Formats: sequence, C-alpha cells, structure tokens
Amino acid sequence: METETAQSTQVRSVRIIVMLKPGVLDAPGQAIQQGLDALGHRGVRGVRAGKYFEVELTDDARLDERVRRMCEGFLANTLIEEYRFDVL
Amino acid sequence: MDIGIVVFPGSNCDADTLHAVRDVMGMRAQFVWHEERELTGLDAVILPGGFAYGDYLRAGAIAATSPVVRALGGYVDGGGLVLGICNGFQVLLEAGLLPGAMRRNASGQFRCEFVSVRAERVDTPFTCALAAGQVLRLPIAHAEGNYYADAAMRAALAADRQIAFRYCDPSGGVVPGANPNGSTDAIAGLANPSGSVVGLMPHPERASEGLVGGEDGRLVFESLARWIGARHHAGRAPTATGVEVR
Repeated sequence: METETAQSTQVRSVRIIVMLKPGVLDAPGQAIQQGLDALGHRGVRGVRAGKYFEVELTDDARLDERVRRMCEGFLANTLIEEYRFDVL
Repeated sequence: MDIGIVVFPGSNCDADTLHAVRDVMGMRAQFVWHEERELTGLDAVILPGGFAYGDYLRAGAIAATSPVVRALGGYVDGGGLVLGICNGFQVLLEAGLLPGAMRRNASGQFRCEFVSVRAERVDTPFTCALAAGQVLRLPIAHAEGNYYADAAMRAALAADRQIAFRYCDPSGGVVPGANPNGSTDAIAGLANPSGSVVGLMPHPERASEGLVGGEDGRLVFESLARWIGARHHAGRAPTATGVEVR
C-alpha cells in the first residue's frame, strides 16, 4: 500500500475516465442511444458509456505511476476496459 | 465437515445457501463475515450470490478487496476449497482466483430464468457427483454474466481443463440459442487447474428442493459432501489458515 512521503503535502486532483475497450459490447451505451432516439434526438450516431472518477491524492514524483497502478489494479478491469487520466 | 458461507454487505443468497447446505444436505455450515481473516478449520468457503458492496465500480470489484477474500489465496494454497455462485463467481474473477472478466449480458437485460448447463469437468470437489456431459437444469439471475476471456486465456482454459460448465440446450447441445448472456465459449462455470476453486453463474442453491422447482443443484453440494467425506476418511483434512496474501 502507498505510504505518504514526507514532502507530499500538496494535494493534486486527478480526473480518471474508464471506458470499455472498442469492440467490447457496451450494453448501457446502446440503451442510452435508444433512449435518445426515443426522445427524438436526431443524428445520434453512437453513445459509449463509461466511468468518471475524481481522485484527490498527495503529490510526489511518482504520481503518474501511482495513478496507473490504481487504474490497472482496481479502477479499470484492463481485460475489457481502458483508462486515461489528467492530473490537474 | 464445516462449510463457511461468506456474508458481504449486499449478499442476498447467503441464507438460501446456508439452507441448502445445512438443512437440505445436512452439512455443518456457518456464516463468515466479510471482515474475517481466519478461515482455519473450514473445509470449504462459499461466496454466495447477491450484490456485494452494491456491485459498486464493477460486480465483485469491491468485495475482492475485503479481508475475507484477500485471505482466500492463502486458504486455497493450504488446501481449502472455494465455490463462488453468481456474484461469488464475479468476486473470484475480480480477485484473480479465476481468470477472465464479466461483461454486461449481450441482451442488455437482467436474465432470470432456468437454463441448462452441461458438466464439462467432473473431477472437482464441486462436480464429482456428476457424470461427464450431464445436463443440469438450474436458474440464473444476473445482468453481468457475459464471460470474457481473450484468445490466450481461452487456450489456457482449454489446456488446463478449466471449463466446468457450459450453457447448452436441454439435450446437452452447446448451441447459440442456449447461451443466455453471450459468454465466450458458452462458459457458465470455471475451475482453477487443480479444481479446488470453482465459480458458476447459475444458482445451485435455488434448485436444491423440488418445492422450489428443481433438485439438480443439490448435486453440487452432494459433490462437496462426498469429496470432503473422502478427504476426512483419508486423514487429509485441511490445516489451511487464512493468510493475507496481498
């Protein structure tokens, strides 16, 4: 588990998006698209549903690596999902 | 013999499973709280169906971080037996005790119905009372049972005989129309290579008495009773301790 290092007092905000990999059936996305169609929204060519996380965590030189480990080990199931993130 | 049935916040088949194992089968059984780390003395641990931790993040993902599930690796290494039913199967996948992942059902629907499954592997503690190719009629009730494995994993599953059950038609034919959720290779249940860990999407505990529409599920628990009985007879009762492994 992560231990806080002495200099890591600054807190950063990380925005993480997890999406199903292309080609993996996105049943929620399809259902949402059907809903938009039913409501008469024209021209909707595709909807993909995913997950969005905002994680506040203490900063250090390995911030990106820490976030990647969170994503690969827990926030995303990398067999069927992919992730991307921004550090604010 | 002592069977531990894990209770997560959000489990909803724990009492049904206890009833099937204890009242119907006559085995000694107890609930095991999800914060438990000590599994010593249990002949088998069953992860029941339900919605552990509300299925937040992904079905089974939060449960996989719980103390009891993190103790399962050490428990299995020490000779322990583990069965995951429905949500319990999802937990085993998320915990890495069985390979692969669950997607939403291809139909987009929660499927709640009786299905037929064919026994593919009958040398495990949970299937040893079955004949190879035997068809069981069992109920499913899930939205995320669409099993996924990539090509390399599928090859490994075949090589290690890890497919325990396949969805089939009532006569045992594995045909597209009999697959209720779109699972890769019609997989309804998996085993680890040694067979000590088994997960399946159908609910054997919901088909253990004629009163509730079927008795085929009883064979899963009968297998377990037979296996443990033979093991005790041979003096190889588990000394497994639940060691936290991650």
